[in-house]
Amino acid sequence: MNKVYSINGPVIKVKNSTDFQIMEMVFVGDDKLLGEVISISEEFTVIQVYESTVGLKPGEEIISTGEPISVTLGPGLLTNIFDGIQRPLNKIYEKDGKFIKAGTNVDTLDYDKEWEVHFLVKKGDKINFGHVFGEVEETTLITHRLLVPSGIEGEVKEVKKDGSYKLKDVLVVVEDKHGNKHELNMIQRWPIKKPRPTKERLPLSIPLISGQRVIDTLFPIAKGGTAGVPGGFGTGKTMMQHQFAKWCDADIIVYVGCGERGNEMTQTLEEFSELIDPKSNRPLIERTVLIANTSNMPVAAREASIYTGVVIAEFYRDMGYHVAVMADSTSRWAEALREISGRLEEMPAEEGFPAYLPSRIAQFYERAGYMNTMSDRKGSVSIIGAISPQGSDFSEPVTQNTKRFVRCFWALDKELAYARHYAAINWNQSYSEYISDLSKWYNKQVGVEFLESRQQFIKILAEENKLMEIVKLIGKDVLPEDQKLLLEIARVIRVGYLQQNAFHKDDTFVPLEKQLMMMNLILYLYKEASIIIKQGKAFSLLLKTNIFDKVIKVKYDIPNDQLVLFDNYYKLIDEALHSVK
Amino acid sequence: MNLQYIGLKEINGPLIFLNHVKGIAFEEMVEIKLDNGTTRHGRVVEINGDLVAILVFEGTHSLSLKNTTIKFLGKPMEIGLSENILGRVFNGLGEPIDDLGPVYVDRYFDINGSALNPVARVYPRDYINTGISSIDGLTTLIRGQKLPIFSGSGMPHNDLAVQIVRQAKLSDQRKEKFAIIFAAMGVTHDVANYFKRSFEEAGVSDKVVMYLNLADDPIIERLLTPRCALSAAEYLAFEKDTHVLVVMTDITAYCEALREFSSSKGEIPGRKGYPGYLYSDLASLFERAGIVKSSKGSVTQIPILSMPNDDITHPIPDLTGYITEGQIVLDRELHQRGIYPPIGVLPSLSRLMKDGIGSGYTREDHQPLMNQLFASYAQVMDARSLASVIGEDELSPADKNLMEFGRLFEEHFISQGHKNRSITDTLDLGWRLLSFLPKDQLDRTDEMILDRFYDHEDAINFFNIEDSVIINELKKEGN
Ligand SMILES: Nc1ncnc2c1ncn2[C@@H]1O[C@H](COP(=O)(O)OP(=O)(O)OP(=O)(O)O)[C@@H](O)[C@H]1O
Ligand SMILES: [Mg+2]
Repeated sequence: MNKVYSINGPVIKVKNSTDFQIMEMVFVGDDKLLGEVISISEEFTVIQVYESTVGLKPGEEIISTGEPISVTLGPGLLTNIFDGIQRPLNKIYEKDGKFIKAGTNVDTLDYDKEWEVHFLVKKGDKINFGHVFGEVEETTLITHRLLVPSGIEGEVKEVKKDGSYKLKDVLVVVEDKHGNKHELNMIQRWPIKKPRPTKERLPLSIPLISGQRVIDTLFPIAKGGTAGVPGGFGTGKTMMQHQFAKWCDADIIVYVGCGERGNEMTQTLEEFSELIDPKSNRPLIERTVLIANTSNMPVAAREASIYTGVVIAEFYRDMGYHVAVMADSTSRWAEALREISGRLEEMPAEEGFPAYLPSRIAQFYERAGYMNTMSDRKGSVSIIGAISPQGSDFSEPVTQNTKRFVRCFWALDKELAYARHYAAINWNQSYSEYISDLSKWYNKQVGVEFLESRQQFIKILAEENKLMEIVKLIGKDVLPEDQKLLLEIARVIRVGYLQQNAFHKDDTFVPLEKQLMMMNLILYLYKEASIIIKQGKAFSLLLKTNIFDKVIKVKYDIPNDQLVLFDNYYKLIDEALHSVK
Repeated sequence: MNLQYIGLKEINGPLIFLNHVKGIAFEEMVEIKLDNGTTRHGRVVEINGDLVAILVFEGTHSLSLKNTTIKFLGKPMEIGLSENILGRVFNGLGEPIDDLGPVYVDRYFDINGSALNPVARVYPRDYINTGISSIDGLTTLIRGQKLPIFSGSGMPHNDLAVQIVRQAKLSDQRKEKFAIIFAAMGVTHDVANYFKRSFEEAGVSDKVVMYLNLADDPIIERLLTPRCALSAAEYLAFEKDTHVLVVMTDITAYCEALREFSSSKGEIPGRKGYPGYLYSDLASLFERAGIVKSSKGSVTQIPILSMPNDDITHPIPDLTGYITEGQIVLDRELHQRGIYPPIGVLPSLSRLMKDGIGSGYTREDHQPLMNQLFASYAQVMDARSLASVIGEDELSPADKNLMEFGRLFEEHFISQGHKNRSITDTLDLGWRLLSFLPKDQLDRTDEMILDRFYDHEDAINFFNIEDSVIINELKKEGN
């Protein structure tokens, strides 16, 4: 029997044992706390425990399972909320009440619930790993495709009739080439740290549209792409992720609250159950899986929560869906690594983080991608990770190492947040490397003007940035008239376009079509006003027409479903400018 | 099973080590009896085979390897609670120190608490009227929120906390049960007395529970003080349907105690010597706020922390800000200018206010007013920094006007002394101030709202600035 020898927070040691494998799942002590073997030497086997070790005693037993830490995959994941090690919080609440207890044991999915299964295979079919053998309507939004689990290949010997079945009912029997029979049901297990295989990685070419102007226009992310969102406290990381989770055009959202606030998860749960998806008229929760490992839950489970989220995402990708993973916040995950590493007395690298931090970050983001799945469907996992840099200093290790592996960088800026310019994305520091991959899509789907207008916006903002250095020293008044106009247009872009109010019913989500029309309107104003300035008119006269402020308020004054109203604004611009002539 | 051991193997800082110990549990409580008859308390913090490390809360002074008897109590640190704690004063370990004898115990609680299941929580939405404009108007406090005050030494954070407690209580018409829990960590006797006196003056003493670990009390005991206080808060809120306001001061002293404990354990230090798990540890305190489905009560936290050197990027305010639901930041410059409360509104934030303001809660114009005040005041800052380079005289009329707006805003809105302002007064005052600015500069609000609330004439008359140079200059320009 293997016994607990030492206990130091979430790290326990077993002395002189040769029974364990690295990354094996174990149960620790009388309460059967979930743990994972993280290092083995002749003297000690080290285990990190995913639950509180308060009350654990040396000498209590450790049971090995021979299996790595895994999640249970099957219908019923959507609409659900789990903790970092995939325990369903609803059921825990029913069982234990308001506080989460250590060692509580509940089934991940509901094994009594019946699902309506429609079969897609028949006797004699040859099937293998990843093949879709049936379908279940998991929610009104999402059809769950039943996938053949790993390691099974052969001929279908038996298939049940279409009808209602429970998750563990045998649905299909497969015989492999050695004559062994395998029974398939609706669930399967998968190790959280092992990426699910696909046939091939496809080039990224479609944007993940979020309805957030500064993202879709300036720094778009591709379906299957990765983005890092660093920002000091209160700069809007969580809001940004919520906006994505609500409005982006992925099929499925996996939202991982990793070491963040309990109230935020409650809010997501409440809000998503009420918010209706405009496309399908169904509550958003029907396409959402929530993973909540709040800051006061055990730290090792925080480390696991990120992986739990990403495997679930891969699982739905393998059914042919576009999945977006929100990880808030990856810094808390990195800190969990640091904490465990510290307790193992490993040699720290930068700022106490373990030397393997960059490789862990890379492994995580590399699980994103646009894939051809084992069943020849196209699916994607996009990952958007929040980063909480210590002291808002982007030179710290987590931000820097994430920057190496993500291709979108949305830098949130404290000064912008202080001025309540939300989304507080700093347009000078942020970037997207996907523009060239996506240009074909934009040109075809939105029109060639989109990227051209975008380019002009970027140019104007860059020039403003340059001019502001002068303005900071001598004030605006001494600038030539055309530069005053440029500054004003830049203000229109900043306040009227980049800034977006998540609490305004029309502004919270803006379709690409309206984004383009807004850009065109602003650039039209710029073009026409420039002509007048060139004719020698004073900029202050233009300013008095109030036309700039009217254009700024277009975002509020033109609802998303009344885009014809834009025509009036062209007239307003003409009239205003004419009055100056 | 109460095991007893005589003698120690080693003493190191607040830690003692014991050999040949069997059958004790991680984080178990320990009683340490000295030869001289006194008793101290401790907790098992690490177990290595039969070697055990114990943290002694009262410190290890005058302990020797021989003069002690250790008794393991077989359970984690607990505190006995009942509604009789109201009006009482305890030390940092939860023992009564007011000479009124022991309290009746209804239930015992593990002071470490457990994580609240997010499914059990109710998202907080009810706002607390503090009667302070810069809080009610711009960083609204919500019942069940954790909203710290970031301050610095010499600033009036204690006054502000007391004012919030006093005025929040007065405005509560609903006759619901309320209580105030005060946890002092490493503050001076003067500060503790100030709070005590103020609670008496406000007539709420019988609703107050105090947990005091003062500056000259044992440092390690400080690690338990907020945990005792929060256990009491959870008990009253979640078992007894009480609205509890927890004031904890000073979080910085708490963190320093944690640093001392960590370094004596030989842990690898993180930033500024604080342990790598400071975030998790603070979260285990701050997350003990909120509302649950099963009860009518709530726990609202107002932690006070002094930013070392006024540096908001110092690990303590930094990590706190990442956990709490906003922050109220005090500004030394405002304080030096005699403005009370000196709340720096731009870095201050209440994350929960968005769902607790507007029609049905405060007033429908609250959100746009707030957005516009923030935006305009941020422009004031730009104008000021320009003025510091080129001089105020060289500013454009519009910028001069902004400077004037900034002054008015600070002197009329932020500054209010110890008066109590209703939310209506606060919002009206906000519009009056905005009305001082030209209408077309208000680019965060839509026309409909402006039509209702913008009144330039009124602002000019009210603030009595008819003859101001700036206005004249603006007029000359044709505005
Ligand atoms: N797009 C937006 N529109 C309106 N308000 C916003 C927007 N983004 C952020 N905010 C405001 O900023 C506040 C803080 O945002 P958020 O909670 O997302 O910050 P955060 O970066 O996640 O902070 P932390 O790191 O502490 O979790 C929100 O409560 C909200 O008031
Ligand atoms: Mg956040």
